[in-house]
Amino acid sequence: MSKELIEAMVDMKEQEALSIAKGLLDNGGDPIKILDSCSEAMEIVGKRFETGEYFLPQLMMAGEMLSQISIMVKPHIKGEQTKESLGKVLIGTVKGDIHNIGKDIVTFMLDVNGFEVKDIGVDVPPEKFVEAIKEFKPQIVGMSGLLTLAYDSMKDTVQAIVNAGLRDNVKIMIGGGQMDEKVREYTASDAYCQDAMAGVSKAKEWIGVK
Amino acid sequence: MLEHWCSAPNIVFANDQAEASYKKRAKRVADAIQLKVPDRVPITPAFSMFPALDNGYTCEDVFFNPEKAFTAGVKALEAFQPDTFRLPIRQGQVFEAVDCRQILLPGRGISPMSGMQFVEKEYATADEFYDAFLDDPSDFMFRTLLPRMCGAMAPLKKLPAMREIFGYSRLPALIQAFADPDVLGVFNKMAEAGAEMEKISAYSREKSREVMSMGFPTDLSVGGLAPFDLIGDQIRGTRGVMLDMFRRPEKLLAAMEKSVPMIVAMVLRAKIMGNPIVSIPLHKGADGFMSLEQYKTFYWPTLRKVMISMIDEGLVPAPFFEGDNTSRLEVISDIPKGKALYRFEKINIHKAKEILGDTVCFRGNVPVSLLNTGTPEEVKDYVKELIDVVGREGGLIVDCGSVIDEAKHENIKAMIEFTKEYGRYY
Repeated sequence: MSKELIEAMVDMKEQEALSIAKGLLDNGGDPIKILDSCSEAMEIVGKRFETGEYFLPQLMMAGEMLSQISIMVKPHIKGEQTKESLGKVLIGTVKGDIHNIGKDIVTFMLDVNGFEVKDIGVDVPPEKFVEAIKEFKPQIVGMSGLLTLAYDSMKDTVQAIVNAGLRDNVKIMIGGGQMDEKVREYTASDAYCQDAMAGVSKAKEWIGVK
Repeated sequence: MLEHWCSAPNIVFANDQAEASYKKRAKRVADAIQLKVPDRVPITPAFSMFPALDNGYTCEDVFFNPEKAFTAGVKALEAFQPDTFRLPIRQGQVFEAVDCRQILLPGRGISPMSGMQFVEKEYATADEFYDAFLDDPSDFMFRTLLPRMCGAMAPLKKLPAMREIFGYSRLPALIQAFADPDVLGVFNKMAEAGAEMEKISAYSREKSREVMSMGFPTDLSVGGLAPFDLIGDQIRGTRGVMLDMFRRPEKLLAAMEKSVPMIVAMVLRAKIMGNPIVSIPLHKGADGFMSLEQYKTFYWPTLRKVMISMIDEGLVPAPFFEGDNTSRLEVISDIPKGKALYRFEKINIHKAKEILGDTVCFRGNVPVSLLNTGTPEEVKDYVKELIDVVGREGGLIVDCGSVIDEAKHENIKAMIEFTKEYGRYY
């Protein structure tokens, strides 16, 4: 682990983080260790988000640094590195709604926190959720939506999952601008998450990791 | 301006009773804004697609059929008798004619039962945007943004920069640019769309006057926006603008400063339209979207400048704080007393009352989830608490916390009737 790299990333110093990573690589540093440092930094950023010290801009910036460093490091990794995932999450914006920003942030945060995430896009009809559950076999399904028309789409999607006999296989979370506990109840889903980190925490809780 | 709106000197009322009703309703709203105690708490539901959906019409009708939109609007007006009203007439044909890609219209790629949906993306990279915009904003808008925003306007990028036309010697080059059939095509298309817009806006104006003549003041006027959202929503996208906060903060701040007079000039149109209360929907400054420090640096200062300029011009800025803004309350309390109207979605109403109660009128914030999935009793309970906490001595206008598309008829009825009944001051 590189303490300097972790610090630079956590302090949002993009140029510094990139040049430390490059320096490490140029000096024959272990690429896997560089990525581990990035993961460590992402975890600290995530914790600061949860405690209200960091906000979306910091998440975005940290993600940007991570993705640039990953691109830099990848060619140096020999062989297939398969990282063990915490669990599988299927995510999509429900039928009728094309908004993707919230969904993309949650997808990204789940991914950097060690989940294997399958994003099935926007305006996803219930039957497509069902099909994807059968194929991908996630433990968790995330439904996103910004508009009030998403309430019924979410409700219909949960019902479709019930009808397909898959409801006991998955935990379902919802999120988005007009969502709240009342909507969770209406849609018969398992949790409403107010922001991306709440989604990550809930997913970890469901999977049984701290 | 507010007095002018209340007295409506240019409206020919249907009868004396309609005139009295109009004046009573407008005064009620104006009193609440100015922190005087009105006869009762005003109720101004922010209907968007609801009048259509509640009366068997589609959102596509609202966007493409002004007559149906008007009929739906009047039905909602008659059924609910709110204190202010805005007809649900939109300009679908106009956006469609120029192939506007920043929005999806009902029945065109999205369901006919959905309102329009915004397509956010990075319309210009940081390198394409900041220097060009700071140097010549109109040129950036005209030759870079419009061609990307509207398919039919793509050829505009072939035009020379208008700043080059400083005298007769440059005129031939400008005129020659119109020999290009693609460029000419843009202007022909715009002329067609313009004629369509003329029709819709004449109809809309006429019908608005009709509604006013029946005794209903119009709700919020043309929308302004916060400089941060102008750049974040319309040009750079969420990711883009957030990275700019770290990578080029000075340029972001300079571009926002530059946009302040542009936004003010735009909202001054409200003066012509006769309604001084101007809606300013706010997006990317909500809790969670940035830290309080970032809010104080990047979001609030230029938004405040826009609002102060509006107040100086006699307008009433009505920012709509979408999302939760509880952590912003102290910062946003820095506004002249009784001159603005703050619309809230999710907010701690106790804190809002404590911090803003003496300064600015609160509009909101019955949750749209409640109107959609709750019962009339639950809606009444919420409105009761709102009036008890925020509206005891005036300074409250009841509304939904969001725009209203899907909602249960009986819940809207409960929100409005209960406010009228329980919200009496004298």
